[in-house]
Amino acid sequence: MDYSRELMEHLYRTMVRIRLVEESLVEPILNKEVRCPCHLYSGQEAIAAGICACLNKDDYIFGNHRSHGHYLAKGGDMFEMVAEIYGLEAGCSRGRGGSMHLIAPEVGMMGAAPIVAGTISLAMGAALASSIRRDGRVAVTFFGDGATGEGVLYECLNFAALKKLPLVFVCENNFYATHMPINECRVENNIYTVGEPFCISCKGVDGNDVLQVYEAGRKAVEQCRQGLGPALIECLTYRFRGHVGPDDNIQGEHTDIRPPQEMEAWLQKDPITRFEQYLLTHGLMDRNKLKHIRRQAKAEIEKAHHFARESALPEGKDLARYVFK
Amino acid sequence: MSSNNRRLSYSLAINEALTQMMAADESVFLIGQGVKSPWYVGNTAQGLLEAFGEKRIIDTPVSENAITGAAVGAALADMRPVVVHPRMDFMFYALDPIINQAANWYYMNGGKASVPVVIWGIINRGGEQAAQHSQALHAIFAHIPGLKVVMPATAYDAKGLMIAAIRDPNPVVFVDDRWLYPLEDAVPEEIFEVPIGKGSIRKTGSDLTLVASSFMLQEALKAARELEEEGIDVELIDLRTVKPVDQELILESVQKTGRLAIADGAWKTCGLAAEIAALVCENIFQYLKAPIKRITLPDCPAPASATLEKAYYPTASTIAHTARKLVKDRLPEEIYISIPRESKTSLSF
Repeated sequence: MDYSRELMEHLYRTMVRIRLVEESLVEPILNKEVRCPCHLYSGQEAIAAGICACLNKDDYIFGNHRSHGHYLAKGGDMFEMVAEIYGLEAGCSRGRGGSMHLIAPEVGMMGAAPIVAGTISLAMGAALASSIRRDGRVAVTFFGDGATGEGVLYECLNFAALKKLPLVFVCENNFYATHMPINECRVENNIYTVGEPFCISCKGVDGNDVLQVYEAGRKAVEQCRQGLGPALIECLTYRFRGHVGPDDNIQGEHTDIRPPQEMEAWLQKDPITRFEQYLLTHGLMDRNKLKHIRRQAKAEIEKAHHFARESALPEGKDLARYVFK
Repeated sequence: MSSNNRRLSYSLAINEALTQMMAADESVFLIGQGVKSPWYVGNTAQGLLEAFGEKRIIDTPVSENAITGAAVGAALADMRPVVVHPRMDFMFYALDPIINQAANWYYMNGGKASVPVVIWGIINRGGEQAAQHSQALHAIFAHIPGLKVVMPATAYDAKGLMIAAIRDPNPVVFVDDRWLYPLEDAVPEEIFEVPIGKGSIRKTGSDLTLVASSFMLQEALKAARELEEEGIDVELIDLRTVKPVDQELILESVQKTGRLAIADGAWKTCGLAAEIAALVCENIFQYLKAPIKRITLPDCPAPASATLEKAYYPTASTIAHTARKLVKDRLPEEIYISIPRESKTSLSF
């Protein structure tokens, strides 16, 4: 495919911003400046970047517990996200949500929630709204392999297919549902087929290849816009950090139960390094340009942490604000 | 043009609210199992499909969790959905979208997005339907921060509260009871709201305050009339909204009467009646002349057999009996099954 340089730069910048902000959170988590549970997205950047690049600003996405990447890729404000993770009034959820509840409705990031599979039906509702209004918007639900154990996914696959809703199911299969390896959760590792009984077009892709993800996303979104019904994309990937926090399961504790050889093999498939190689070999960007983008991202992230450290915490007197509108 | 004396049944009042709101606001739609079928929703949805088409009157497969979640998601995407559960019992499948998502969304996102959804659950008590077809679950929803819960007892309120619920920017659980559907009263033809959070005094009185809602309000009205003939002057409060409850109305009344009985069509433990009792005890204990009495279902699942149902459901005579005791304290200790009560022909759906 012939992609524009703007797109290439956008994809790279998005992935780098996600990676660097995630890694910038490790220290504050370990020294307890950041206390809310953070499910870092490092390693999975190609998925959020690739899918969101296919969407318009007013298309809808819904995230899950691991949604820093989705929020940023859809255009959410970096400062507000970092502030939210620090639990501040200036955060995108005003310190009421923390890392697991990021929202930026102004760019179509409609929210995220850690109840596994809990937002799939919400995304379906946004697709239903679009279908009733016939306004051409598409909704995307991002969920993990763990969510395929929840019944509501299958209810949604059926209903979305039945009503030909403009909904893209994006499963990020990182092979672990918290501590449970996928072979202890499913008979076969074939999530991309779960839409088939509902006559949904299904595609499995290398989730660490941003162009593969983008291509699958583009086709899925196009199909939705044409009114041809939902699509499902399974992206195989791997998280470089723990289920929650820098290491597995317990923040700051070295409890990762994944085999070191497995982790090492996946680090070799780093989606950002792979994309850099692609850009360089195809002469789409030179090393200076890559460096420049990294430097810009780093500066932005430093400013975001600085902003957070200067910002106010919510006040106790405002505890019960926002219970009702 | 409007006739304020026009009489309409409770179910047709709901139908009129839906029809008028859908005509007035394109973002309103109705979704749920059985919206095309009178067997499920009585005549509350009659004519809607013809008037508004399948895009906005959406009958669904049996998927309460996904469908309720879809209503919540559509509300986040600027629609005003009404999602119906023709039997409340099945709402347990949908507790995640109702409680985890809809109730919390506005708060946990710092006020960035509210969820203007109406979650409509119908109680189907009686009719030998047993434990999974007749439960009244309003207290469960009333427990949850972020949810409003309304329970109209009259046709007027059914229309006015449905309209208010649709217009409210927050998730509202609208609970009705199939036994109320044929009841008629005066309902204005135009669009009007009954404010959420405001109760109503159905009868003023000085001897005791009786608080009720939904179908139990109708039983309480009968009881109050019966007691009046005996010279017992009941002040009857219709809650209309059970969350947020009209505290001021209840407290003012009990300050006046000094006695309180609460009739609720659900279970006793941790229920609505317990909440009202606690409200009064915490705030105006010194005004009480007698212990507070609760008339509720016993802590027992709903039975099938009619003889057991008769023992299970409190009626006007249960309420009257409790009220007499509270005022005069001359009857023996109340035992549900010893109280004679009129037979009730239940509506079966």
